[in-house]
Amino acid sequence: MQYGISVLLSGISLGGQYALIAIGYTMVYGILRLINFAHGDVFMVAGLMMVYLSAALPLGAALPLVLLLTVLLGFAIERAAYKPLRSAPRMSVMISAIGVSYLLQNLATYVTGGLPQMYPELPLLSQNVSIAGVTTKWVTVVTPFLVIILVLALTQLINHTKVGMAMRAVAKDFETSQLMGIKINSVISITFVIGSALAAVGSMLYFTNYQSIVPLSGALPGLRAFVAAVFGGIGSIPGAVVGAFIIGISETIIKGSNWSVFSDAFTFALLIIILVVKPTGLFGEKATDKV
Amino acid sequence: MKKLLSLTLSCTLALAALSGCSSAPAGNSDASGGESAAGEKVVRIGVFEPATGDSGPGGKQEMLGIQYAQSEQPTVEIGGETYTVELEYADNGSDPAKAPTAASELVSKDVSMVLGSYGSGVSIAGGPVFDEAGLCVLGMSCTNPQVTAGNDYYFRICFLDPFQGTVLASFAQEKFAAETVYCLGELGNEYDQGLIAYFKEAFEAAGGTVIADSFPTNTSDFTTYINKAVAEGADVIFCPVSIAYSTQIVKLCAGMGLDIPILGGDTLDSNKVLEAASGSDLKLYISAFYQEGGSPKFDEGFKEWLNSDSTHITNNGGNDTIAAVSAMGCDAYNVALEAMKAAGSIDPAAVKAAMSGVTYQGVSGDIAFDDIGDAIRDTAYIKRADTAGNTWVLETVQTVK
Amino acid sequence: MIEKKSKKGAFLALAFVAALLILVIVLENTMKPTHMLFTVLKKGAVYALVATSMNLLNGFTGLFSLGQAGFMLLGAYTYAILTIPVADKDSVYYLYGGSTVKFSLPDLFGGADTAPGLILGVLLALILGGCVAALVAWLIGLPVLRLKSDYLAIATLGFAEIIRAVFQWDKLGPVTNGANALKNFPTFSSFNITNANGEVVLRLSTFVAFLLSAICITIIVLLINSSYGRAFKAIREDDIAAEAMGINLAKHKRLAFCISSFFAGVGGGLFAMFANQAQAKNFTTAMTYEILLIVVIGGIGSISGSCIASFLYVAASEWWLRFLDTETYIGSFKVPFLRNGFRMVVFSVIIMIVVLFFRKGIMGDKELPDLFRKRAKTKGKAGAEHA
Repeated sequence: MQYGISVLLSGISLGGQYALIAIGYTMVYGILRLINFAHGDVFMVAGLMMVYLSAALPLGAALPLVLLLTVLLGFAIERAAYKPLRSAPRMSVMISAIGVSYLLQNLATYVTGGLPQMYPELPLLSQNVSIAGVTTKWVTVVTPFLVIILVLALTQLINHTKVGMAMRAVAKDFETSQLMGIKINSVISITFVIGSALAAVGSMLYFTNYQSIVPLSGALPGLRAFVAAVFGGIGSIPGAVVGAFIIGISETIIKGSNWSVFSDAFTFALLIIILVVKPTGLFGEKATDKV
Repeated sequence: MKKLLSLTLSCTLALAALSGCSSAPAGNSDASGGESAAGEKVVRIGVFEPATGDSGPGGKQEMLGIQYAQSEQPTVEIGGETYTVELEYADNGSDPAKAPTAASELVSKDVSMVLGSYGSGVSIAGGPVFDEAGLCVLGMSCTNPQVTAGNDYYFRICFLDPFQGTVLASFAQEKFAAETVYCLGELGNEYDQGLIAYFKEAFEAAGGTVIADSFPTNTSDFTTYINKAVAEGADVIFCPVSIAYSTQIVKLCAGMGLDIPILGGDTLDSNKVLEAASGSDLKLYISAFYQEGGSPKFDEGFKEWLNSDSTHITNNGGNDTIAAVSAMGCDAYNVALEAMKAAGSIDPAAVKAAMSGVTYQGVSGDIAFDDIGDAIRDTAYIKRADTAGNTWVLETVQTVK
Repeated sequence: MIEKKSKKGAFLALAFVAALLILVIVLENTMKPTHMLFTVLKKGAVYALVATSMNLLNGFTGLFSLGQAGFMLLGAYTYAILTIPVADKDSVYYLYGGSTVKFSLPDLFGGADTAPGLILGVLLALILGGCVAALVAWLIGLPVLRLKSDYLAIATLGFAEIIRAVFQWDKLGPVTNGANALKNFPTFSSFNITNANGEVVLRLSTFVAFLLSAICITIIVLLINSSYGRAFKAIREDDIAAEAMGINLAKHKRLAFCISSFFAGVGGGLFAMFANQAQAKNFTTAMTYEILLIVVIGGIGSISGSCIASFLYVAASEWWLRFLDTETYIGSFKVPFLRNGFRMVVFSVIIMIVVLFFRKGIMGDKELPDLFRKRAKTKGKAGAEHA
């Protein structure tokens, strides 16, 4: 029983953290039709920045600075690596994304010297709490609520502001919205800014739980979050969140069973099944060109 | 036009490379080493270690040991002449896929012999390259039996995993009266899986139960595994994983206030692991090749050397705690010099032939080789993490009966 | 006219390859055999094959697949399992008390130290490795090939990860050796001819790598120039139009996928021969990315581009840029930035520059012979065209 609760707890918190990354994937994909392979690495870099900044600055200054720098990084990546390729075939952009991911990982290896870095303790979040006899960190409890708050705020932004409307228009039809006078580039930049900011928040929660950061730390969570985005229906924010929770919980359950070797394989198997059976995912819109 | 340009460019590059290499060996084709510009004799020793990747911290500490030994003994008397020792480095990236090319890089640098590597997987992967080139390799912390088995050119000065597994299994039974042990290793890591298998063999032979589990590479969420161990009623958790993972696991267990003792292999002997456990009530026990205090002269000299340069301290993980692998690195360097002295030549074949007969009284104990090329060792140090004082405390010295 | 030209081109290409092979033999037997050049050449030859097989799919058929590492794994494991000498099985499978595969192909033909045993055994194992990869590709293709562009990419990437997990599963240990490496099988160096004293008389290790890779690439080139190849290109350009022209889309896509996987499998076997071991851990997504980048640098849709790029890529990453990783002093001046890991940073920056600014790669979609032909014909025009 206790074990069940502990698995569920860590599954939900893991799911919440994936959700924050998955939103970045789903928004970018919704607008650019691009799997932003570098997103997971942005998440990792956010973690590393926290390690270095918190060593030099008080936490109160480091936290917002990390958020700001991650947003800048996301913005810069879009401008440098994706914008020049806007008219190129989709494959070129995707290759560029893979290249950026490769670059970020190698940069991280260079800066850290290949050594795992320890994430700093955040007040309150790192403290232990006991729920129904299971010891866990506060971050586990906080994560799902924080995710829900952030997602609600984001949906408000998308549904009820001018920027949000522009985003939806661009996602619907890239060319037409351009003709309608929407500044495509700034809309795309805003998408990357929001995605990166959420990834930064996600990295704070995730690395508080799993404190060691290596250059490859972002790769797997990134891929899983992408699967979550596809699972929920790419382009749909609630879908990404629901998908992320499902992936997070099922991953922890499998790790706790005798099949832990297949925990990643399961995630991908789920992806393939969804793509083949219901390519639009749980909440995706019908008209797509996936198949 | 652009295409043509790039094509000519690449062709020129290729040609330049070809001409570069056909002229290069002409210069120093007469065996390894030889004379340097200043006229003094030079002997090159290859250092085949991971400086990046999962085992990076361990590899760096091992290199520190070698560098320290070099600073102590920068020259060697071979066949009546004084040679200056030069170290040539190649980073195998803790990755068996990169190990063969890193190994061939060393081979191409005309070294007389090679030291390394930290991590059994990369040693096994690099082994055949050295074997083919006829270069003798001296491992200092690669404990998997497959490293030297079937490879005439691989020697090592540390104990082996069957021994380590048995020692740890009997320690778990004697110290904690453990009946159930939860073992956790990285998928596809030769070292982890081998040591767990030997541990399991010994532990089950003594009537215990072993639950073995593996996690995929790049896992960062170990909560479920630890919770599973608790749920299965494990008396001891055995996780002989590389430093990158062990710091995470230890940190996690420390944070959870885990009551179950954790047992680790020689890879956990790192101040990164100590740091992760610091300030908690975690019961952390590891087996190691060397315990600080074993040779006060080495301890003192090494610490002084470490503190003389801030890069050394950084490479050692931020403080001057002595890792066993540094002591092993120091010993390996000296054994290498002994072998060259015995060979009376810096020719790789002669060094190899001399190696099996070398005996040396090192920092970590007496070193001699059996006919496979393994060190004849019968002692392992079991250390306990003093989480308040941030040091390792000697728990017991285990020998095989 | 066209017939004549292609015949001439084929003859030239063949002569070029033959000259290259002879050059390799000469180099290997005159230079120091431990030179870094040979490691680079061997790895480059293997990567050239794998990159070409990926190009067949991504560049010529327009199917964006990222499953290459998975198929290489299948080929490498099949090759290794079938060629480990029976006598060595117990020591390789030491955790599982021996292998359930009780035979070894080279042994069946008289042992790996006799010429027929070695050649037949290795060839057969490589081909079988390719067949296993192709078979699995066929199975995977049934559901996955219906997907398009990046969805196909992510699904194949997922399959590669699943294959890797299956091969690491310890329940299959007696066959796959679980997570441990397979080794002791014949490698490229086994082809060196030795005399009775065990001294090497004639070094053929690099030559064999080149020969096997060249044969496979030639087959791919022949395929691309056949009617099947034209159908593949038609699918790449416009699948609806291709279908309207009477090309069976599903059949041709599946065919391209299986053939590409077959050669990736053979390439995997060669990679195992190069690396002296086969271990599931090595065949990660990072390897697929590496091969993809080679294809991109060489030019998507150019076989010769893939080949040139793979040698350049391997040489740059393993050899020429190595100096960036070591701290260097010029006099007492310490060159800044040079430190472990810098090589890969510089390298990835170069790749980004290629991806962003030289999108066509080295060769675009042209082949080597095209360049010379074009230069001869349109000397003046070429300048204006590209200005």
